[in-house]
Amino acid sequence: MNIFLLADFSVIKPDPGLIFWTSIIFIVLWTVLGRMAFKPIQNALKKRDNDIQEALDEAKNAREEMSNVQAENQKLLAEAREERARMLKEAKETKDQIVKEAKDQAREEAKKIVTNAQQEIESQRKVAMTELKKEVGAMAIDIAEKVLRKQLAGDKEQEQFVNTLVDDIKLN
Amino acid sequence: MKVSSRFSSYLFVVVLALLSGPVFAQHDDHGHGHDHDHDSHEQSHATEAGEHGGCGDHTEDGEYDPVSTVMNHIADANEFHIWKGVHIPLPVFLYAPEHGWTTGTSSMFHHGESAVDRYVLNHGRANRIADDNFPMGEVHLDGILHQVETTTDAKGKTKETDVYYACAKGELWKLDKPSTLDGGILGGGITSFYDFSITKNVFTMILASLLLIFIWGAVAKGYKKNEGKAPSGIQSFFEPFFTFIRDEVTKPMIGPRYERFQPFIMTLFFFILFCNLLGLVPFFPGGANVTGNLAVTLVLAVLAFIITNIHGNGHYWEHVVWMPGVPTFVKPILTIVEVLGLFIKPFSLMIRLFANISAGHIIILSLIGLIFLFGENGNSVGGAATGAFIGGLFTAFMNLIELLVAFLQAFIFAILTASYIGAAVEEHEHNDHEHAH
Repeated sequence: MNIFLLADFSVIKPDPGLIFWTSIIFIVLWTVLGRMAFKPIQNALKKRDNDIQEALDEAKNAREEMSNVQAENQKLLAEAREERARMLKEAKETKDQIVKEAKDQAREEAKKIVTNAQQEIESQRKVAMTELKKEVGAMAIDIAEKVLRKQLAGDKEQEQFVNTLVDDIKLN
Repeated sequence: MKVSSRFSSYLFVVVLALLSGPVFAQHDDHGHGHDHDHDSHEQSHATEAGEHGGCGDHTEDGEYDPVSTVMNHIADANEFHIWKGVHIPLPVFLYAPEHGWTTGTSSMFHHGESAVDRYVLNHGRANRIADDNFPMGEVHLDGILHQVETTTDAKGKTKETDVYYACAKGELWKLDKPSTLDGGILGGGITSFYDFSITKNVFTMILASLLLIFIWGAVAKGYKKNEGKAPSGIQSFFEPFFTFIRDEVTKPMIGPRYERFQPFIMTLFFFILFCNLLGLVPFFPGGANVTGNLAVTLVLAVLAFIITNIHGNGHYWEHVVWMPGVPTFVKPILTIVEVLGLFIKPFSLMIRLFANISAGHIIILSLIGLIFLFGENGNSVGGAATGAFIGGLFTAFMNLIELLVAFLQAFIFAILTASYIGAAVEEHEHNDHEHAH
């Protein structure tokens, strides 16, 4: 079967010259392209891939952090609101208490003042009474003296009268 | 994705094989055609030889022979044929063991009209007159004669060979083709000289390499310039190719150790792609059938074989030499299969690329050849016009298919090489898993 031979199908016959040149050219091309282009490109692409991945990761982290911060802010806000409410409530309570205390105190004070006043009045009344008694006594003595100056001519009558007076005084 | 793309690529190979079928059949017919009128050739040769010089009517100027034309077009050549009479010369480095080196450019042969130091340009290819009686230096040739000779070997089989003669000084001088390394199996063999010239194919490979170095150099510069920035210009155009090969070929095929092999697979892919594409350009500096030449695919396949096997780990060799997990009596059979497989894999790479690209070139050249067949050697202008119309349409269609094939075959070569490397460097854990399939 020699159909190839008739028309000289030369491409199927490996020519040593062509083998030689193909080997040289391909190996040189492989070395040159590998050194000059493919390895640097591979590294550059790898670096870029890593950079992109890092950037994405960073963005993700930042987003997470942001949401964390936001959540924290929300929490803080809620806490502040609660705190404010609590403080308001406390203030109100304090106010109420103060008012109540003040009222109590005022009542107490008033009561005390009233008591004092009553006591004062009582003592004043007692003093006044005493004064009055003294005055009345003095007046009585005066009157008595004057009466006596007239009536008490005798000793007997005098003595009797004095005893009566003394008894009266004791009774008082 | 991976499976489907591989399947579709195989489908494509099958389709191409079917498409190329008729061409080879046609080829065959023409072969038989030669067969029939061969006797008369032999006789005429005998008389011519007897009369010393019937070189005036050398067969090339005779009837249009589509098969020879196609074969000459896909063959390597020592010069670029632009159109009739216009050639771009290429450097020649010829080595004959008896006479050492002969160098120069192919223009010194005057397109087959002169012999220089017994070297002759026959259909653009350097041939040698292996006859010590032929004078050295520049000798004018009267022409080149093509003969088909039949020899009968010991087993009684007849063998036909193309023989070319140079006509000079009224005598016929047998021409030797350059040596080839097929050991005579494919009709070649070691002859009296070796051709280490910068041929059309070598020139195209150098051109493709320079283009690649220029392009990828610019791309690599982009990465330096735009470090930390978005890619721009040519860098953005070629980055997807790089990442495609990385993400669709090397990473899934080779696994975690893909980075070491990325430059090799990339070079393989782009070298094949650019050679394929340059081969589709119908005018200078394209048109060379580089990846459709077995010598080129042979080198690529051998490199793939070497890279695969020098990186093979113990586990890989264990599977090749003494397959674990199968009954002992099966092991020797599997060893034979696996060892054969080591060579069949790169062999299939070599044949697949070669056959696809050659078939494509043959189909396109055959379609163009319709113009001359329908035109009956210029006797029928209408026929030529019909041929040009039909052939032109089909050629346009085939060129689009070939464009696809150019990418596809480069991709297949790259992905299969990556998968062979992947099998050789695969880690143990993964392998157990895969063997469950």
